[in-house]
Amino acid sequence: MTFINYASREINCKIVYYGPGLCGKTTNLQYIFDSTAPQAKGKLISLATETDRTLFFDFMPLELGTVRGFKTRFHLYTVPGQVFYDASRKLILKGVDGIVFVADSQEERIDANIESLYNLEENLKAQGYDLMKLPYVLQLNKRDLPNIIPAQDLAGELQKKGEPVVEAVASNGTGVFDTLKAVAKQVLTELRKG
Amino acid sequence: MADTPILLREQQYHQIKAVLARLRMDSSARVVFLVDKDGQEIAVQGEVGNLDTTSLASLAAGNVAATGGMAQLIGEKEFPTLSHEGERESIHISVIGRLLLVVVFDERSSLGLVKLRSKQVAQQLAALFEEIANSGYDDLDSPFAEITDEDIDSLFS
Repeated sequence: MTFINYASREINCKIVYYGPGLCGKTTNLQYIFDSTAPQAKGKLISLATETDRTLFFDFMPLELGTVRGFKTRFHLYTVPGQVFYDASRKLILKGVDGIVFVADSQEERIDANIESLYNLEENLKAQGYDLMKLPYVLQLNKRDLPNIIPAQDLAGELQKKGEPVVEAVASNGTGVFDTLKAVAKQVLTELRKG
Repeated sequence: MADTPILLREQQYHQIKAVLARLRMDSSARVVFLVDKDGQEIAVQGEVGNLDTTSLASLAAGNVAATGGMAQLIGEKEFPTLSHEGERESIHISVIGRLLLVVVFDERSSLGLVKLRSKQVAQQLAALFEEIANSGYDDLDSPFAEITDEDIDSLFS
């Protein structure tokens, strides 16, 4: 939920990266973290297992700059992708202002993408949200791998409502900031509507 | 659709800060802060120093959400308070509606005192927040009403 503090002239929004296990949600955050100036970011908190699978969530606050005299800060979260962490995923969607769905472009992950997208819609519904009305971006990740589905076909399969589709290779940063920008823009545009 | 934003006016912010300052003094705590259940820090008071309050706010909310999930699994609505006691520093969290009151304290205080004082201000904070949630937005000039696409683009330049 957006929080606007008129005393400290700050605005905070919450963006959640969603998607199947090992699709690159944490890699997106890690890249943003690594390429952001120290004064613009807080710590990257990663609650992961010993094998680097996200257990509860990753979190990083990112200060983008000032809009009309208000410091604009985005709180970026990822959810654990593995199917059995559904309870954690539900919790993290609370108060969400914008969602990025990170799809794994590899052929063998198409079912996992579809299942995760369905799970996103269900979990949003459980929190009283409707994906069709939320700021939303679809990222097609891992475009550098050999066995990928053509972008157009994958987007055709996963796109929900004409949302922006960004092709990405999160591990080298391709498309990472374009994705963030696309979702941030929608969140701020929502605020303009009031 | 996303939830309605929380708009915190200057006067309300200072009222909250005053309540937190008094609680901090009365409970001999190091830091006291108020967090929204979604993990947004609302106000903080005390010896913040190098403490990363943004991360702490997010983790406190995650902690409450997770234990709340456990509560429901065993047939409870939620656990209204959580305490974590360390060797030197400890944390006490009280759930007040959609707010979390987080008190960080050390050996200068005690869990009993922090619990008592937190309970005493809970109602006051709940009433203040109710007022915030119910006040109309008409008197506030939204900083975003006239935001342009260029403004948004400039954030990423």
